[in-house]
Amino acid sequence: MNSISRRKFLKIGGATIITATALSGAAKTVVKGAEKLNKQKIKGIQKIPTFCDICFWKCGAIAYLKDGELWKIEGNPLDPLSKGRLCPRGTGGIGAYNDPDRLKSPLIRKSIRGEEKWVEVTWDEALAYIADKMQKIKKDYGPEAMALFSHGIGGNFIKHTIKAYGSQNISAPSFAQCRGPRDVGFKLTFGEDIGSPEKTDIKNAKCIVLIGSHLGENMHNSQVQEFTEAVGNGASIIVADPRFSVAAGKAKYYLPVKPGSDIALLLAWMNVIVMEGLYDKEFVAKYGFGFEQFAAEITACTPEWAYAETGVDVKVIRESAREMARYKPATLIHPGRHTTWYGDDAQRSRAIALLNALMGNWGRPGGFFYPQSMDVPSYPYPEYPHSEKEKVDNPGKKYPFALETLTTGIREATITGKPYPIKGWMVYATNLLHALPNEMETIEAIKNLDLMVVIDVIPSEIAGWADVVLPESIYLERHDDLNVEWWREPFIALRQPVIDSPNEQKPNWWIAKKLAEKLGLGSYFPWNNIEEYFTYRLSKAGCSYDELKKNGIIPGAKQPIYFDEGVPAEFPTPSGKVEFYSLQLQQLGFDPVPKYKRPPEGPAGYFRLLFGRAPVHSFSRTHSNTLLKQMMDENEVWINADIARKYGLTDGQSVKLKNQDGIVSNKIKVKTTERIRTDCVYMVHGFGHNSKGLKSAFLKGASDAQLITKYTMDPIMGGTGMNVNFVTFLTEA
Amino acid sequence: MHELDITRNNHLVDPSLHIWGWQVPVYLFFGGLVAGMMIISGYFLWKGKHKEYNCACFNMPLIGIIALSIGMFALFLDLEYKVHVWRMYATFRITSPMSWGSWILILVYPALFANMLIKVPGFLKTKIPFLEKISEKIRNNDAHIKRIGIINLILGFMLGVYTGILLSAFGARPLWNSSVLSLLFVTSGLSSAAAFVHMIAKDKDESRLLAKADNSFLTIEIVILLFFFIGLLTSSQAHINGAKLLLIGPFAPVFWVFVIGTGIIIPLIMQSLAVRGKINHSPVMPILVIMGGLILRFVIVYAGQYSNWTAAALGK
Amino acid sequence: MARFAMVIDTKKCVGCMDCVVACKTENQTPEGLNRDWIAYESIGKLPDIQMEIRSERCNHCDNPPCVDCCPCGASHVHELGGVVLVYQNKCSGCKACIAACPYNARFINPEGYADKCTFCIHRVETGLLPACVSVCPAHCMYFGDLENPESEVSRLLLSRKYHSLLPEAGTKPQIFYLV
Repeated sequence: MNSISRRKFLKIGGATIITATALSGAAKTVVKGAEKLNKQKIKGIQKIPTFCDICFWKCGAIAYLKDGELWKIEGNPLDPLSKGRLCPRGTGGIGAYNDPDRLKSPLIRKSIRGEEKWVEVTWDEALAYIADKMQKIKKDYGPEAMALFSHGIGGNFIKHTIKAYGSQNISAPSFAQCRGPRDVGFKLTFGEDIGSPEKTDIKNAKCIVLIGSHLGENMHNSQVQEFTEAVGNGASIIVADPRFSVAAGKAKYYLPVKPGSDIALLLAWMNVIVMEGLYDKEFVAKYGFGFEQFAAEITACTPEWAYAETGVDVKVIRESAREMARYKPATLIHPGRHTTWYGDDAQRSRAIALLNALMGNWGRPGGFFYPQSMDVPSYPYPEYPHSEKEKVDNPGKKYPFALETLTTGIREATITGKPYPIKGWMVYATNLLHALPNEMETIEAIKNLDLMVVIDVIPSEIAGWADVVLPESIYLERHDDLNVEWWREPFIALRQPVIDSPNEQKPNWWIAKKLAEKLGLGSYFPWNNIEEYFTYRLSKAGCSYDELKKNGIIPGAKQPIYFDEGVPAEFPTPSGKVEFYSLQLQQLGFDPVPKYKRPPEGPAGYFRLLFGRAPVHSFSRTHSNTLLKQMMDENEVWINADIARKYGLTDGQSVKLKNQDGIVSNKIKVKTTERIRTDCVYMVHGFGHNSKGLKSAFLKGASDAQLITKYTMDPIMGGTGMNVNFVTFLTEA
Repeated sequence: MHELDITRNNHLVDPSLHIWGWQVPVYLFFGGLVAGMMIISGYFLWKGKHKEYNCACFNMPLIGIIALSIGMFALFLDLEYKVHVWRMYATFRITSPMSWGSWILILVYPALFANMLIKVPGFLKTKIPFLEKISEKIRNNDAHIKRIGIINLILGFMLGVYTGILLSAFGARPLWNSSVLSLLFVTSGLSSAAAFVHMIAKDKDESRLLAKADNSFLTIEIVILLFFFIGLLTSSQAHINGAKLLLIGPFAPVFWVFVIGTGIIIPLIMQSLAVRGKINHSPVMPILVIMGGLILRFVIVYAGQYSNWTAAALGK
Repeated sequence: MARFAMVIDTKKCVGCMDCVVACKTENQTPEGLNRDWIAYESIGKLPDIQMEIRSERCNHCDNPPCVDCCPCGASHVHELGGVVLVYQNKCSGCKACIAACPYNARFINPEGYADKCTFCIHRVETGLLPACVSVCPAHCMYFGDLENPESEVSRLLLSRKYHSLLPEAGTKPQIFYLV
């Protein structure tokens, strides 16, 4: 079978064709500026299954084409994650295909880094350039000096190439800048992390507690579907958030906590539940370790004490605690997802884990289930070369409980050259300048590199700083690695092209394979094309590739997911039990039970900068999507109505934000509202693009990332707490 | 604080309705002016007074045809799908004031033309001599003249009233939503038409009579405006909000100065004095009256689009 | 005779705009224009705030002022279900209907005719649900026949408290918001 080539017709395998009469002759271009390709267009409606890539949930989708043109995308009813309904971003996926700002061909910079002046080159030239530089780095510094930042399933083959090349310095921002703290907090308590998609049994919960999580604005599909299902079933919702989020609108108890005081609230809740004997005594007795010492540590954390720190009424703290206990074990305190806030985040997540433990919900309906997956053997590759050097990100295990590679650790090593120099960065599908805190450090690091490669679909800010930019096909145009998912029901999902790439874009597997061949590592890609790879793995798993192509999903056999279904109640912690008191933390000088320390305040006249999500956008990557940008084309800064009045700001007025380090943002519209506390402001993440290539999103709204110049390191796991910046308002002179 | 944010941002609709610009007020003004002309001319014809009131009866029809055509052209420019304009004449929708208007206008042209035929204007006589033959037949038949008068009187009234009902039937725009609007527009039209005749009539008596008539119309207009506002201010919150737009809101300066002040009060005072011989008649006053009529239409059309039910539902 | 209506559960709606995007892709609505939209309404001061989020569109009223005012017979009530539709080939673009709608649900399509939500009648007549209803991840939208007492919409209106929009405008809207 031939790989995709310009002169051949794309064979769209597995398509359900309702009426199919091939149109011969010249086809019209599908994207402005696309080269005219002779394409065989199929008349009528086609439905081709794949899975979405706008965020990382990987919802099963079905793309509809009408007479060979993309029409719409709906959910795949067979997919257990989306259950046949996509979120607004997935539904707007076609806008990514039509995006006029898309990267079209490989680029090599023709001036200094960051100026965004490019020369269009062929794939051969681009890959040869990269391979050349990589070999030089290997010779001069060793392969470990090449780092890969990669996010999403599309990075699997890129990682494979880099590992074959000999580097283990591979990282995604999702650990140190996002869910790292909660995975560590839960691992320290239960011995297991939370993972993605989260193993939270939301739909069966009778009481759901959200600490800052804004489900509904944060649009992880299954989470929102289950959350609204629970709400519809009358679940009691408790929300603690300095901003009255959409989720708060569903809450029985809304607690407008002072930003940074969440640990105090959590400790007070635990105090009430323990002192009043409302916890799941059986669960604690059977599975708990160190409960008495834990109870002793939290005796002083009364609601009265917490009121002074959080501003939440004593009565409300008590009643909401009792409400939680009323529904145990089907009470879920959501672990959150983006949890890198104040630098004590692993401890806050541990407090959340402990509160869940008091509810006795681990391994039980309404709490946390044990996700299962199918057994699909990996492809047999040669072993990766062994390296003498340890990973560069966490020298001497400075952050002892870091579970994954720290992006900011690699960045620091790139700046300092210690413990050893990093001389090359490859960046796949992550806009580091919007993801990592303090963009100036990222730029400083890039200046030390001999090679900077970015693989992306749009000209993101990070791509602007590359030596070589490789344009990837969007998810609708490519195959990716099989998704062998961990979920309540195990399944395999396929991503396959539904339409041709309009220009020179290529899929990640092709890029990874071609680069490997140029590096002399062709033996790590023994298959000729990705469908060979699929067929091998699937046949070893006893599955049919034809079935997968046709349905998009192959379901697996149902397995037990709760203790009472037969999952063994084992906790891989040092004690083998749920650790209410953590000796391993104590031994390294950390608090064995979380303690509250008030975070530093900002300067007078400044407001803490909080940021979050909008349901129609994904990170900083969807603002040129032609459909999604019509839904929301700029962000606003939420300012409390009384504060706005005090500063003479009116709703809809444009202001600039200046942070404590003097950084000034782009103009942003003011939203005066009662739905936020007076000591903080809020904006949706990812706007304020300053990449010249993103013409349709250029300078729309303001960038929170630009204002995050200060960050507090979590000493336990190396997360970067980013809610520690303060801003004031600059109106036009 | 009661907050409402919507994600819709449709052209011409958001942030507040602005579908109609100058075209519609211009059309309404000319419609009202012509309606007034037809009523005045029709009345005189009916009462057999056409010999004394030559200007009103025989200059106005041609001017009316031209004015109405300008107005209708403005309306045509406003259509977004102009090639379908004929669709308005492929059907009659009894619930649609616009449909009534389209058909009334179809009848207005022949009525004006019939009026014009009684005394064909000079340049037309020479161009189309055949018209003079018809004219003679009508001119010598008092019954014909009377009938033409009545038809013009009735159609003129319908035209004037329809321009008001056109807006007042939109329940969604509370400022317009008063049945008195139809009387306001027809009276304003009569006032503008009377002022116009007063200004250009060569015969001093005719001119003076039309000035007196205009003063009556202006006085009636004040009374109708009073009823208009009383009705709105004693109705729902949305109607009160609508009335306030004109009385004390963003449209108040233009309304009070150019519609009430220079459009009604000052001409009324000055023309009353002139009619009593205390001062000389001046063309300035009728011009102010006519301008006032035009600006009234502008203010009502613009402010009405701004008025809505949503703000009232939010307790504003 | 059927009377189609929508029932939307505001308790579950999170205002994610999936319905807005789905409508756009299904009906290929031109750029910058939307047939449906989200309204976020909140009242009060921290911490005592009440919020209602609604997915809104043309209410396919039982007493539609937009049909009454149309001089061309373009705006009409469909033979099935009381759905209010526009014959594009009859519309002259006079915009009376846009002024007549108290919900501001209509707009002018760049081609010149008045346009709005059609309750996806082209889908409904083949047995599918409107695009917005079928995509909603909160499963909070329901569509059906009010004249059928067994339909989901009929039963929901019997069992839950609800309100419609601007009932004082006299239009008899057929979208009901459960509270």
